[in-house]
Amino acid sequence: MNRYRVAVHIVPRRGILDPQGKAVADALHALGFASVQDVHVGRHVVLELDADSEESARRDVRTMCERLLANPVTEDFEIEDVVAPAAAARA
Amino acid sequence: MKFGIVTFPGSNCDYDAYQAVVESLGEEATYLWHKSHDLAGSDVVILPGGFSYGDYLRPGAIARFSPIMQEVVAHARRGGPVLAVCNGFQIACEAGLLPGALLRNASLQFVCETTRLRVENAETIFTSRYAAGQLLRIPIAHGDGRYTADAETLDRLEGEGRVVFRYVGAGGDVDAAWNPNGSMRAIAGIVNEGGNVLGMMPHPERAVDETLGLTDGAPLFESLLARVAA
Repeated sequence: MNRYRVAVHIVPRRGILDPQGKAVADALHALGFASVQDVHVGRHVVLELDADSEESARRDVRTMCERLLANPVTEDFEIEDVVAPAAAARA
Repeated sequence: MKFGIVTFPGSNCDYDAYQAVVESLGEEATYLWHKSHDLAGSDVVILPGGFSYGDYLRPGAIARFSPIMQEVVAHARRGGPVLAVCNGFQIACEAGLLPGALLRNASLQFVCETTRLRVENAETIFTSRYAAGQLLRIPIAHGDGRYTADAETLDRLEGEGRVVFRYVGAGGDVDAAWNPNGSMRAIAGIVNEGGNVLGMMPHPERAVDETLGLTDGAPLFESLLARVAA
């Protein structure tokens, strides 16, 4: 068993109205960042878990996303790099 | 007839629902603690409004895993009536009792006002005391009430008469101006396939008595009484 740190990005599904993202985009335009074309605001979840391997940690987190962390009707998720905390501490 | 009203940590309309059932309808009600596995012989379960678990993660996402929800889902699968209001609607969607999801209001603002609803289906166990097309005045109070589902689900809901209430104007017309939260197709309430689970963002329990200023919610409870007791 190793301990892994896994970060997950959860974002509103493209095509579904994202008023929060739009409000942030409007505010950035008001600040003069005319280059901004689109903004989506989501959640960033960081988990620490024990697993036999990186692959197994990734698989577990995928299931967690499907069952709880993301709403399958309205959100998409993306699992970022899976790192062992020892490696994370050095980083 | 006995109503079981679920109290989650953060529920705040459970007492309103209790009052509506006991004082206005004159029926029996009991609170069901979220950690319990016992529906206490309830004929109808009410999932009340509020902010269960502080709306952490997403409204309803955590409450759905409360022990009592296993019993509520089993009750619903047996055809038992479930009235899911506001946060209750969000929980019912998260629990898979109803399709779709309730997202942040399009305005990003918490909206607390009286809305006008049109009864789209007066044949359900919740609406038999209304007439189809009848206009109701029922209050809303929510920040996450934008009903969202894919086009296929919306078409199926419409085709099967499962859209029960829609937000409309004084003339009964559907328009963005009367849609308080940006719900798709101005949907305010839907039932499940079996017709025994109703989810709605507006609060019928806050519109059951002259002293509250509104009474259009009362026939919903009377409909349940007439059909479930029969």
